[in-house]
Amino acid sequence: MTGAQALVEAMERQGVEVIFGIPGGVVIPLFDELYKSKKIKVILTRHEQGAAHAADGYARVTGKVGVCIATSGPGATNLVTGICNAWMDSVPIVALTGQVNTTLLGRDSFQEADIFGITMPITKHSYLVKTPEMLTRSVAEAFYIAATGRPGPVLIDLPADICAMEYKFKHPEAIELRGYKPTITGHKQQIKKAAKLLQNAKRPLLYVGGGVISAGAHDEVRQLAESMDIPVTNTLMGKGAFPETHDLSLGMLGMHGTWYANKAVCSADVILAVGVRFDDRVTGRIESFAGNARIIHIDVDPAEIAKNVAVEIPIVGNAKSILTELIEEIKPKKHDEWNMALRTWKVEHPLKFKDSDDSIMPEYVVQQIHEITGGEAIVCTEVGQNQMWAAQYYLNKNPRTWLSSGGLGTMGYGFPAAIGAQVGRPDALVIDIAGDGSIQMNIQELATAVQNKLPVKIVILNNGYLGMVRQWQQMFFGRRYASTELGAGNPDFAKVAQAYGAEGYTVMQKKDVAPTLRKAFENKKTCVIDIHVEREQNVLPMVPKGAALDEMITEWED
Amino acid sequence: MTTPTRHTITALVENKPGVLARVAMLFGRRGFNIHSLAVGTTQAPDLSRMTIVVEGDDHTLEQVTKQLNKLVDVVKVSDITEVNTVDRELTLIKVNADPSQRSEIMQLTDTFRAKILDVAERSLIIEVTGAQDKIDAMERLLKKYGIIEIMRTGKVVLVRGGGKT
Ligand SMILES: Cc1ncc(C[n+]2csc(CCOP(=O)(O)OP(=O)(O)O)c2C)c(N)n1
Ligand SMILES: [Mg+2]
Repeated sequence: MTGAQALVEAMERQGVEVIFGIPGGVVIPLFDELYKSKKIKVILTRHEQGAAHAADGYARVTGKVGVCIATSGPGATNLVTGICNAWMDSVPIVALTGQVNTTLLGRDSFQEADIFGITMPITKHSYLVKTPEMLTRSVAEAFYIAATGRPGPVLIDLPADICAMEYKFKHPEAIELRGYKPTITGHKQQIKKAAKLLQNAKRPLLYVGGGVISAGAHDEVRQLAESMDIPVTNTLMGKGAFPETHDLSLGMLGMHGTWYANKAVCSADVILAVGVRFDDRVTGRIESFAGNARIIHIDVDPAEIAKNVAVEIPIVGNAKSILTELIEEIKPKKHDEWNMALRTWKVEHPLKFKDSDDSIMPEYVVQQIHEITGGEAIVCTEVGQNQMWAAQYYLNKNPRTWLSSGGLGTMGYGFPAAIGAQVGRPDALVIDIAGDGSIQMNIQELATAVQNKLPVKIVILNNGYLGMVRQWQQMFFGRRYASTELGAGNPDFAKVAQAYGAEGYTVMQKKDVAPTLRKAFENKKTCVIDIHVEREQNVLPMVPKGAALDEMITEWED
Repeated sequence: MTTPTRHTITALVENKPGVLARVAMLFGRRGFNIHSLAVGTTQAPDLSRMTIVVEGDDHTLEQVTKQLNKLVDVVKVSDITEVNTVDRELTLIKVNADPSQRSEIMQLTDTFRAKILDVAERSLIIEVTGAQDKIDAMERLLKKYGIIEIMRTGKVVLVRGGGKT
């Protein structure tokens, strides 16, 4: 068989069901083989960035490895943002890129880009396949590396001549990588120490992140929290790791976290951090982070330990396995006083906004989405205020139902991710909570959604601004709205949707919000719901850059 | 922040394309200056060893070492700054040498157990091998004659005794 055939067979053996991508010169033979495959479906996107994000969204909802493909040169470079996004959020994807013939490498040949070199700092690993023998081995290793340990993107660069060469298929029996041995079980002694510290804590706090979701450790988190009566706060990436509607949940912490979650971090005496990386958007001024707490940190990546904050008890390994052992070590406990204090804070300092009947508040829209779906939908977000309001007011119940660009903050992520999510979960209600700016970064994927009959719902919180930047300008730059006004340039999004063959709705009045959302969510087509919201609403509370977590701005008047 | 100190790191790596770039990139990203870097094959044809001398604070270096360990093609990383090792560096020095100065330079060369590799009408090429301070000393002493060019290989090391580096 040819290299291309071998590649397709190797991917079929990995259980690949779907690949997102766009063809081009050097990958036509490969697409030809994929066309013949009975097991793999190819979904044509309209921009390679869309393909990478769709693979990412597919991976996040299914827990499987997402795959995207692009041609050499511009096709490959268009994947870069998507690869970096998956890198920052630890999402397992494999990116296949076409490459010029091995004989033409390094000569600035037509559509040659050194994508292997370009993506080096944003991939977990990568391959430039220079011999046909490397082909199937690279595929097997790539899927293994992407999915194990701390997940992440792996790139395979495929020169055209390698795909054309005759090749005798050989499936690698075992993967032997002496430089790659992820730690799974945690250190026994450390787990015992952690259990003891936790057992004696007076004001313990669980701080959970995306690592809990990728390790599938949500049940263990819940079991631990409930049996020890420990309140839980989650990061943006950790939404769904613990039900945000749970009595013990404090919701999200960090820059736009809840008042009580941030306060709890400052007051806790022991913090058990699981699958988190103490990102600067979470910790605020790092020197003042968790000033009263002794910290236990569970993470699969040894490099995350003590990277940003010093921890007392680090435990490296798989969160599910470590928490299971930890649970065996502890005894049930009650923390009535501590939880009572937190409950009081929740009542005294709730998440709040001034609602109005004259205009539509963006928070109100998200609340309605939550109410209508009961928190059971898969929610993707774009980036900006829309993302933060979605995080604050859409309370996630289940893991793998929240898709947001956390680490990279990529505008244009949400919609293609929603496409990938819908492909992975055909029966789920998939909603992209979008901004009017972000949606225009990958709006062309309406074609992909319509063509593949994917009933994704895009709810645009249309404020006519690059809202999050505008908010900073209002608060810290004397209200000078430099390059953030979108207003008159915005299209009629409903008409854009209709032009693509999708359903389009425009909502200008508060009374129409809920009925229109309901109608759209029941519609079997791709839908765009363009909701004109209050233009200068701000996301609050806010921990300003450089401030400590308990120095939150809760009200703003110019 | 601890004060920057000089560290010697060795990394046993798969002999595959891209490894060197990935390693160098990790140091660069964290603002490390690579003082010297030597790469060569080992007893196993599919493995190479790198000796990297860098300057930086201990905390950042610990981070970089962990990041290095994460690279799939890196098999083993050790910071051997504090370990008892044999270390050597080879240097070629091209120095001005008038016939009148030649014997003086040759004497110096002898003292350092260095070798003269090339004799031209007005210059010499000298090979010095040794630990860094010896090479630095030689360089200092040759300065007054006028050094034309220097090429240093960078440090290579092995841990003393029977154990592996
Ligand atoms: C690709 C990209 N470019 C620029 C930014 C910087 N940025 C962050 S939020 C934001 C505004 C987003 O506007 P919109 O999508 O309308 O969302 P809103 O904040 O108004 O809800 C911008 C420009 C970014 N995060 N990503
Ligand atoms: Mg906007």
